[in-house]
Amino acid sequence: MSEDLILELKGITKIFPGVKALNNVQFQLRRGEVHALMGENGAGKSTFIKVITGVHAAEEGHMYLNGKEVHFKGPKDALEAGIAAVYQHPTTYPTLSVTENIFIGHEFVKRGMIQWRQMNQEAKKLLDRLDADFKPGDEMGTLSVAQQQMVEIAKALSTNAKIIILDEPTAALTANESEKLYRIVDQLREEGVSIIFISHRMEDMYRLASRVTVFRDSQYIGTYDVDKITEAELIKAMVGREISDMYPKPQVKIGDEVFRIEGMSRTGYFKDVSLNIHAGEIVGLTGLVGAGRTETMEAVCGITKADGGKVFVDGKEVHIKNPADAMKAGIVLLPEDRQKQGLILGWGLGDNVILPVQDELAKGPFKVKNEAKERELAKKYLEEVDTKAVTIFDPGSSLSGGNQQKVVVAKALVQDNMKVLIMDEPTKGVDVGAKAEIYSIMGDLAKKGYGILLISSEMAEILGMSDRIYTMCKGRITGCLDIQEASQERLLELSMENSRTTGKEAVK
Amino acid sequence: MNQKKSLWKIITGSREVSLLLILIVMLIVVQILSRGTFLTPTNIGQIFRNNALTMLMALGMLCVMLTAGIDISITSTLAFTGMIIGMLQKRAGFTNTFALFLLAALIGIACGFLNGLIISKGHLAPIICTMGFMYIWRGLAYVVSNNQWASGADVAKFAEFGKDGSVGPYIILIIAYVVFFIVMKWTTFGRRIYAVGSNADAARVSGINVDRVLIQVYTIMGLLAGLAGALSVSIYASAQPNMQYGKEMDVIAACVIGGTSMNGGRGSVVGTFLGALFYAVLAKALPLVGLDSIWQNLIKGVVVLAVVLINVLTQRTMDRAALERREM
Repeated sequence: MSEDLILELKGITKIFPGVKALNNVQFQLRRGEVHALMGENGAGKSTFIKVITGVHAAEEGHMYLNGKEVHFKGPKDALEAGIAAVYQHPTTYPTLSVTENIFIGHEFVKRGMIQWRQMNQEAKKLLDRLDADFKPGDEMGTLSVAQQQMVEIAKALSTNAKIIILDEPTAALTANESEKLYRIVDQLREEGVSIIFISHRMEDMYRLASRVTVFRDSQYIGTYDVDKITEAELIKAMVGREISDMYPKPQVKIGDEVFRIEGMSRTGYFKDVSLNIHAGEIVGLTGLVGAGRTETMEAVCGITKADGGKVFVDGKEVHIKNPADAMKAGIVLLPEDRQKQGLILGWGLGDNVILPVQDELAKGPFKVKNEAKERELAKKYLEEVDTKAVTIFDPGSSLSGGNQQKVVVAKALVQDNMKVLIMDEPTKGVDVGAKAEIYSIMGDLAKKGYGILLISSEMAEILGMSDRIYTMCKGRITGCLDIQEASQERLLELSMENSRTTGKEAVK
Repeated sequence: MNQKKSLWKIITGSREVSLLLILIVMLIVVQILSRGTFLTPTNIGQIFRNNALTMLMALGMLCVMLTAGIDISITSTLAFTGMIIGMLQKRAGFTNTFALFLLAALIGIACGFLNGLIISKGHLAPIICTMGFMYIWRGLAYVVSNNQWASGADVAKFAEFGKDGSVGPYIILIIAYVVFFIVMKWTTFGRRIYAVGSNADAARVSGINVDRVLIQVYTIMGLLAGLAGALSVSIYASAQPNMQYGKEMDVIAACVIGGTSMNGGRGSVVGTFLGALFYAVLAKALPLVGLDSIWQNLIKGVVVLAVVLINVLTQRTMDRAALERREM
């Protein structure tokens, strides 16, 4: 049987300095099908998409469009060939209007002049079709992530693309918005558009796709018919092993409350957020992208300013105006973006680790740097987290993502008054092996009696490591579950549902 | 849905409108303080003529700043081109006005192109690269001058174009502003500049050649600086290597007052015009209302800061209003 393939890729290998991001992968897309592409974070899906759209050039491999081999030199070639992509992180122009964001690169031009009126009308039509609740003239930067995602989809629609790639389009959407998107995808398929759909959500795949291709560790694992593969088989293909041995969650005796926030609010980001953590407890905080988890914790740590709310450590209220106050109070944040906020990449690892205590170590009235003591401490803590670094003088940029994260943990440990550790997406972009190590460090810290808040969008990780789990949705706490009553479905439901418990009830 | 905006929303919702209001208030105050002697046709003509160079170069600076860049080499480019065409007249007796302007434009284009090439391909910070050329072109202006000036007698014919009462400088300004107004709003070329400044990564992904756009904006800046060099020689009827020294800051100030963001992606031709006009009116008004010249720099600085602060606060109010609309 000859298949009607609109797009085929064979033997694609993409190498970034030091890593093989794609290793001899293949992919086939039939005309008019919705094809799911699945795999863990870092499996190479996003890189693969960027090869298709011409953003990255592959080192090896061939790509065939309608049976003819094509070579895209840049994103423009792919667009002209009828391939449009909606990326995971909206690639938008925050200072420009919605209309302009939709039509940039393919504006309506008559006699050299942009036809704004016509474009605004067309944009309005597209937004109406998506049932969007904003106007073409709105400035992009003022929209929420979900709304920006919709603009991106409108943009793909506006190019009349024959192949549309959606990279985790539902990650930031509510259940209603997702359903709307499903209907749009159905509609597009009926119009003969072929769709590649990347998602972590099983429900997306079951609802939409007819076939699914799995990548793992930069390699092609297989392509399956959705109705012929069970969820367990699919997870095994994605993860490569049973999931239970991934999370070494120790049984720790939970102590007294070490940390509590009450009624934290910041206009436009989060509202009335309350939660607490006990000694030795790992508390999960999950929700969809843009739910306000990171923003809340940044406000708790004094990085941004909250409009209201109280923070308690060991039952005593603390007033935090800046990150130094938070550190003094024993609250340490491992930021989501470790390259930007966690480490100074150009500095040696040792200097990075002792940065929070450099002042305390310094000698005499003129605060002379105490190099000997610094080295000793840096060595001690870097060994404790077992980084692969050779010396404490290696620059932060020389390490992989996972090892960088461990250095950030060492930097937290060096602060000996630490009571609470807030870990924001600690395993994002980290390979499977390093992930397991970070989990084991997390377990050790809980054993030592620290209170840990684990912010994560990865359900498996949240379910595998937490004692108790809070969910957030649109800036509010929507639930608090003990690990025994938590399940992936329940958490997703709470992350998306519109009814909410008030912050007060959520504190147990 | 109620499409009509309240007056207050229009004022706070657009930086151009709020700046226009500030400008009008200032004009009224100055008119009263000067007992009605300020707003005369002669004075208004003077304001534009005296600030023609700043106003012309502000258009280029707008483009550069829209890409989150800056160019501090412009007045050196101006001096370099001005010196060359001045010396051509003095030593070679070359006096074709049109050809001299064309030559100045070409020299400016070459200077700007170099800036753009090094900044885009060499990934140099714009302020560093243009600082280098600030010294180089100014230095070359001195080399070209060889310790001589071109004086009024040397450039007499050329100065006809820009002398007091000639429409030449006004025509150049009007053409430049009309062309830029259209290009920046209604051509894909203009919108590419906005796109690159708003989010260079996104621009790259949507197939925009970011390097080329950068080269283009610095080249445009150079072109305008070169034209300003010729215009300067014509208006002031002389060419000296130290001409317009330090005035690049006036150009940047005009853009910033006009609402152009140093972070790129935000700014408009109308705003730039109002910003440059505001700066020009201020400079003209201070002596007229009886302020000694020793006070002028101080007051200029305070007013610039105040206007920019108002701009920032307006922007923050707008952002906050948008955040409050978010459903939670």
